[in-house]
Amino acid sequence: MRVLQLIGSFVLGFLESTGRLVIFAGSAIGHCFRPPFYWRSLGRQLIDIGYYSLPVVGLTAIFTGMVLALQSYTGFARFSAESAIATVVVVSITRELGPVLAGLMVAGRIGAAMAAEIGTMRVTEQLDALTTLSTNPMKYMVAPRLIAGVLMLPLLVVVADIIGVFGGYLVAVYKLGFNPATYLQNTFDALKTEDVVSGLVKASVFGFIITLMGCYNGYTSRGGAQGVGAATTNTIVSASILILCFDYILTELFFAR
Amino acid sequence: MTDKAPPKIRIGGLYKAFGTKRVLDNLDLDVGDGESLVVIGGSGSGKSVLLKCILGLLRADAGSITVDGEEVMGSPPEKREAINRKFGMLLQGSALFDSLPVWENVAFGLLAGKLMDRKSAREVAISKLAQVGLGPDVAMLSPSELSGGMQKRVGLARAIAADPEIILFDEPTTGLDPIMADVINNLIIETTREVGATALSITHDMASARKIAHRIAMLYQGKIIWAGPVSEITRSGDERVDQFIHGRADGPIQMAVRA
Ligand SMILES: Nc1ncnc2c1ncn2[C@@H]1O[C@H](COP(=O)(O)OP(=O)(O)O)[C@@H](O)[C@H]1O
Ligand SMILES: [Mg+2]
Repeated sequence: MRVLQLIGSFVLGFLESTGRLVIFAGSAIGHCFRPPFYWRSLGRQLIDIGYYSLPVVGLTAIFTGMVLALQSYTGFARFSAESAIATVVVVSITRELGPVLAGLMVAGRIGAAMAAEIGTMRVTEQLDALTTLSTNPMKYMVAPRLIAGVLMLPLLVVVADIIGVFGGYLVAVYKLGFNPATYLQNTFDALKTEDVVSGLVKASVFGFIITLMGCYNGYTSRGGAQGVGAATTNTIVSASILILCFDYILTELFFAR
Repeated sequence: MTDKAPPKIRIGGLYKAFGTKRVLDNLDLDVGDGESLVVIGGSGSGKSVLLKCILGLLRADAGSITVDGEEVMGSPPEKREAINRKFGMLLQGSALFDSLPVWENVAFGLLAGKLMDRKSAREVAISKLAQVGLGPDVAMLSPSELSGGMQKRVGLARAIAADPEIILFDEPTTGLDPIMADVINNLIIETTREVGATALSITHDMASARKIAHRIAMLYQGKIIWAGPVSEITRSGDERVDQFIHGRADGPIQMAVRA
């Protein structure tokens, strides 16, 4: 009986928090489309998410591309399939690793910072202060972040794709001694619009997940510094899991036909 | 203040509980147009909750709140926002935006409401800062660089920047030394009288209450147990009021030592 009770209350709690999150998301999306719009906040978020995440995302991408080339060489060398390496690098980066790794890195960098900032504003009553100044915190704090996440993640992923493929090229040409022209030719032959586009759509969804979780956890945080800390951790964990989960769902939608 | 004019704010039968804990229990209160009403009450008696219910920061469970005769409880968000434009509020912890410099804090309502461009908003902010005794050199500082008393002043300047009809003060003098507290009291009197605003303040600082109030109301166990002009507070005939204004531990009000 006790076990059943535990399972029951766990399931109820899970449904309740999912419901809250969905209601929050619905209201947040509504505020993205209804004026007033706070352009300055949006601009600041665009720069913060897009520009300041470039180093992290670029470094992740270049090493990923390099290691992909190296790994697939040790794997494929036996079959003397040189062209396979360029294909492996380009396909895995554009379809999977670009969006997923960029998403995870940005979740750690941006999602956590959003939860901490909004959470601190909640516990120090700055969110209430916004309301007293006739400013809806959902519009001023949440909407610009969601919009910026959805717009900037694809751009970051374009950069990640290019740098990742370049990383593979570096290893293939300078370490494995491939002919640069042939490698580039193979790369362009393997590059498919639908792979890139599917990766960018994923990136947009991940951008939404990251900013939504950051804002939601911050917005609903309670109980001082400890509550803000918990909101930050929850954001990284839940955003990362949701990214991987939606990565599967989207891949299924795009390619499993 | 006339007794015949309809009240600026009328609160009737207000009820608010957190879980099983009743914080406001059938509370009635009127604030007249242009009057300065101070609500006194112990810590944790629900004073902040009362102000938050008036602005809709917390949703009351039942009752009625009218502002200029318009019901705000259960009104749609757009109407609520329009009514809230009549209000300015100084929150208990000042709650300045630490990501913005002082002048943008003060001008926030003007900028967010797109009432004016940044340049003129900045000029207004500097003149409001001067009104609370802060020089233009403070304008570019970050709120975290200010002392508690200065933060209160900036919070006050922010509350009055859009020339509200009603100003709410949540414990404006708590945590300040007696001299700074008196400076803030004077500023409250000046800033509200100057624009003819209605003021609703809450405090447990009796010196401050006596100084800024036309009328005092005491909140106890979720109800207003006494209300009347400042001059009559010593003759309230209510032991609980007497105990509070004299700050005695013994009496009908027993503090829960262990909550
Ligand atoms: N958001 C909240 N959730 C739960 N309880 C609350 C909340 N806000 C206030 N309370 C409770 O309501 C009571 C009154 O709080 P408050 O109005 O802040 O007191 P004060 O008169 O000191 O301003 C306190 O016991 C507090 O625990
Ligand atoms: Mg309080």
